[in-house]
Amino acid sequence: MAGIRTRQEVFFNRAAIAGVMVALFIMLVPIYWITSTAFKPRNLATTIPPTVIFTPEISPFVKLFTKRSQLRDPVSQEIYDAAPWWEQMVFDGGQKVVRSNKGVVRRSGYGQRFVNSLIIAITSTFLAVSMGTLTAYGFSRFKVKGEDDWMFFILSTRMLPPVVVAIPMFLMYRLVGLHDTHIGLIILYTAFNLSFSVWLMKGFIDEIPREYEEAALVDGYTRMQAFFKIVLPEAMTGIAATAVFCFITAWNEYAFALIMTNRRAQTAPPFIPSQIGSGLPDWTVIAAGTFLFLLPVAIFTFLLRNHLLRGMSFGAIRK
Amino acid sequence: MAQIELKNVQKFFGPVQVIKDMNLTINDGEFVVMLGQSGCGKTTTLRAIAGLETVTSGEIFIDGVAVHEKKAADRDIAFVFQSFSLYPHMNVYENIAFPLRAVGMSNAERDKAVKEVAEILQITALLDRRPSALAGGDMQRVAIGRALVRRPKALLMDEPIGALDAKLREEMRSEIKRLHISRGSTSVYVTHDQIEAMSLADRIVIMHDGLLQQIGAPDEVYLKPANLFVAEFVGSPVMNVADVVLETSGGQTRVRLGRGDAGFHFPAGLTNHLRETGAGIALGIRPEAVSLQHDAKDGYIPVETTNIEPLGSHDIVDIRLGDISLRARTESGFVSGEGQQVWVKIDPAQAHFFDRSSGLALRGQS
Repeated sequence: MAGIRTRQEVFFNRAAIAGVMVALFIMLVPIYWITSTAFKPRNLATTIPPTVIFTPEISPFVKLFTKRSQLRDPVSQEIYDAAPWWEQMVFDGGQKVVRSNKGVVRRSGYGQRFVNSLIIAITSTFLAVSMGTLTAYGFSRFKVKGEDDWMFFILSTRMLPPVVVAIPMFLMYRLVGLHDTHIGLIILYTAFNLSFSVWLMKGFIDEIPREYEEAALVDGYTRMQAFFKIVLPEAMTGIAATAVFCFITAWNEYAFALIMTNRRAQTAPPFIPSQIGSGLPDWTVIAAGTFLFLLPVAIFTFLLRNHLLRGMSFGAIRK
Repeated sequence: MAQIELKNVQKFFGPVQVIKDMNLTINDGEFVVMLGQSGCGKTTTLRAIAGLETVTSGEIFIDGVAVHEKKAADRDIAFVFQSFSLYPHMNVYENIAFPLRAVGMSNAERDKAVKEVAEILQITALLDRRPSALAGGDMQRVAIGRALVRRPKALLMDEPIGALDAKLREEMRSEIKRLHISRGSTSVYVTHDQIEAMSLADRIVIMHDGLLQQIGAPDEVYLKPANLFVAEFVGSPVMNVADVVLETSGGQTRVRLGRGDAGFHFPAGLTNHLRETGAGIALGIRPEAVSLQHDAKDGYIPVETTNIEPLGSHDIVDIRLGDISLRARTESGFVSGEGQQVWVKIDPAQAHFFDRSSGLALRGQS
């Protein structure tokens, strides 16, 4: 068989490759669109047909991180020449950077929002995955009274669209002072991801043969040690996959972030659309914010790619 | 090394009783094989000794110390799993060193112990490999190495070579025996393969439906089966078992097989003890105790062959005697084909009698 393919197999193989390429194209176009827009001058962002070839510039990023105001008249040549390069870019777009009394540039809130997003997404992912793994291990290895009912109950927390509970959650959060706090969103996202994490991790842990732990138990380890030394390394694939999913969910969440936060703990998603500006919408700033926002998920997934490909633990146990 | 003692051990899984009142003493340095079909409770017994399974009632002692309440980690025994269960994320060296890391040994000592065990098992060249890169026999060697490295009080093995192919199984069997002889470790070995049991064991423990059937040396179990189950379970090909009727006249007993008229003469001394038991007696006779001849001789009965299994070193010949079928072991090529007439006799000295209702062996004073 090996090496010899029938005409039919060759055809299906090529058809599959073509299918993958089409799917890839459809998926990559929006990413290209956002990325290219993030580096376009404002006047090229909305041309019809779209401008594909242009000189990339970073003025959208300068705008993203600064507060600006509209210029009524073009600035004089002396002011223009005296300004730093990045401020000149803003002048070119018919705007000027707002300065405070001390002459310091007023920064926009994007940096802080981005850091908020990182703190909240990473912490809630860590909590959801670690609690989920422990819970899943318990359900997988011990006899739990009413196990099926418990698992169904855990799943049932995902059966309602989360936005349905947004208003009561908002009222409760305001009552207990969790409104506009990092911890508030962390709790919310952890709770939201936990059921998913438990279910996914249970599937992975069920697949790890009990004999590994039993061998460790007989060899003089406690169950806790066996869990950390044997089960965790074996479950790495599952943990990585679960972490990626939880991170993406927490990172992308928009509705609760919009309702539950307004300044201190606001994440990037509700902030980006607020930068569209007054008068003519400046899509390049939105694109720049979105482009930066895409990077952490891409990096996170890239770092875990080896764990996401299963196969590490195959072949070591005989069945 | 240690003595292991089980006293009135019972184990229930829900309503199912898998170990029924087990009493067993395994002596220091002894190699005991627990033999039985799957689901007979042998593995559960082994896991109970190891502490991987709790017992419902009863006591387990290792070296006189009650351990049935202790955790597996505190019992100082080693366990070899059928699946080997080598940790896939560690290489061979780390796998063998793993039990030593639990006890906090110095690096140099640990290294020495691992290399020593690797030397004995001839896996020194494999120490850097991952388990997934090993062949079946080598996985098994590593699993045994991991069990031996700590010098545990006892070595428990659950069908350790059941997953290997036939040739390798034979090789590993003699290796395990060699290892046992050189180390003298108290070993309990679970298998459903009677050849493994016969070849390895000092004593065989035969279990069925959670009940101990017989404990004895291999030849004892083979030559003096305690009941019908043991008789039919041990030995390959299996023992012939047929219902018989006894007719005694003048110092001789005629043993009639099945409903036919044909019967064999037994010296009365061998059958005297059977009279009181009345009806429902089964005769057990191993194929090697059934002899065939080409010509009529005294005491031989004419029969027809129905099937021949040539096995190289010998043949197994099926013969029909009235309404029952017997298997005989002959030299190869002794009978050329089916439907041939031969004469058959059984060796009274190798005959076993059983009570049909209780299954127990009926034995005279001898």
